[in-house]
Amino acid sequence: MSHHVLEARGLSFAYPDGTPALQDVSCRFVHGESVGIVGANGAGKSTLLLHLNGLLVPQAGEVRVGELPVTPPTRAQVHRTVGFVFQDADDQLFMPTVEEDVAFGPLNMGLPADEVRARVRAALEAVDALPLAARAPYRLSGGEKRAVAIAGVLAMAPSILVLDEPSAGLDPAARRRLIGLLRSFSHTKVIATHDLDLVLDVCSRVLVLHRGRVEADGPPARIFGDAALLARCHLEPPLSAAAPKQ
Amino acid sequence: MSRIDAALRDLRSLEALAARDTALARLDARAKVVATLVFIVTVVSFDRYAVAALMPLAAFPLALAMLGELPARPLLRKLLFAAPFAVLVGLFNPLLDRAPMLAFGAVHVSAGWVSFASILVRFALTVGAALVLVAGTGMNTLCVALTRLGVPPVMTTQLLFLFRYAFVLGAEAARTSTARELRSGGRAMALAAYGPLLGHLLLRAFERAQRIHLAMLARGFDGELRSLRALRWSTRDSLFVAGWSAFFLLVRLVDLPQWAGRALLGAAP
Repeated sequence: MSHHVLEARGLSFAYPDGTPALQDVSCRFVHGESVGIVGANGAGKSTLLLHLNGLLVPQAGEVRVGELPVTPPTRAQVHRTVGFVFQDADDQLFMPTVEEDVAFGPLNMGLPADEVRARVRAALEAVDALPLAARAPYRLSGGEKRAVAIAGVLAMAPSILVLDEPSAGLDPAARRRLIGLLRSFSHTKVIATHDLDLVLDVCSRVLVLHRGRVEADGPPARIFGDAALLARCHLEPPLSAAAPKQ
Repeated sequence: MSRIDAALRDLRSLEALAARDTALARLDARAKVVATLVFIVTVVSFDRYAVAALMPLAAFPLALAMLGELPARPLLRKLLFAAPFAVLVGLFNPLLDRAPMLAFGAVHVSAGWVSFASILVRFALTVGAALVLVAGTGMNTLCVALTRLGVPPVMTTQLLFLFRYAFVLGAEAARTSTARELRSGGRAMALAAYGPLLGHLLLRAFERAQRIHLAMLARGFDGELRSLRALRWSTRDSLFVAGWSAFFLLVRLVDLPQWAGRALLGAAP
């Protein structure tokens, strides 16, 4: 089995106040796939993503990255393989300069300074943000912050990218650049989003979550063409998709 | 932009200054930390009534600010921001210690006023030097240097988190304050509303801090601080520490302003 395969089996999780966030969720993401996870607010999208990266530990069921079970002892290895881009870039960018922020992950991996600098440069070039290297992150625009947050994850050279609401808060031009960027990555991508048009542009498969359960799993054309499914899950068809046939 | 927002941006801009390539930034952070510690020990070791004798020590923060090409205005603003604490500490000295100490013609100055002035000078020197140290080094590199100097990592990590999360708390406070002002109709907030507001603010800041911590964990943070700027101690750093330490010792042992005054008046031995 490829170590790029990411799999959740019978995953359940409830928050401390008892709210069930995930109930018996099983899904599998294979090498090179781009999968969109969609669902209404509170459907469990972010909670599922946090499990895929080992930031949350399953209360029932398991998550595996290839042969590696995602548990607290394997968390460091998981973080190297599964890169997580957070919903709010401001949560991720906390170093004084862009260069230092992108270097944060590689430095924690114990890489030598020369390699860290090379990775920082390559990651910033990949997201077209090299001129921002000396800037303070808090002075960047929303789109620039998002690009730098992605660079911070790319610098760790993960095989799998997990992105939580990557287009949230971006203006149309920045969103279009982000879509181009995501399409250019050969990584396995798991993207939780409300932006169904982004899913249509980037993903070859859609997973619909509803009240913590997998409601549907399939190609975008079939999922977004199912008006009843979308209505049941409090979703609407993407604007760029053809109107679903009744 | 709210005052809280402006203050936060001001503080962040101070740290961002450290990212520039200056003579001060090129020094090993440990050398700057050691020299600053010797400086602070020297300042506090003076007699409680010392004022003029402390003045030559101002050369240290001023020289560092010049080496770091640091702008004076933001540093002075932060110094003034913290000044009320120093005033509070020395406020009662003139009331409690009324013995005459100096006389300028018919005007007598009590020992309390002299010690109050001494507290203000010490405050300006030590806090000024600390601000220059942060602005010329950066908090992250500073904490790495402290760890390398033997400070327990748990303390330096806490220090760094305290600094980072101060921004988190400040940002949440700025949002809450703006939201309240927009719906207050210009009226002052009732005292009873402060409790829920502060509780709400702390919960929001706590949640945000948790998300930041998760983001750090996701990028491999294991509790150890690391910096892109490798710390390399060179002869230049040794000379920096030795030179400034010798100067501090000279200022401590010889009252330079008094000596200069006597020399000018032709009374020097």
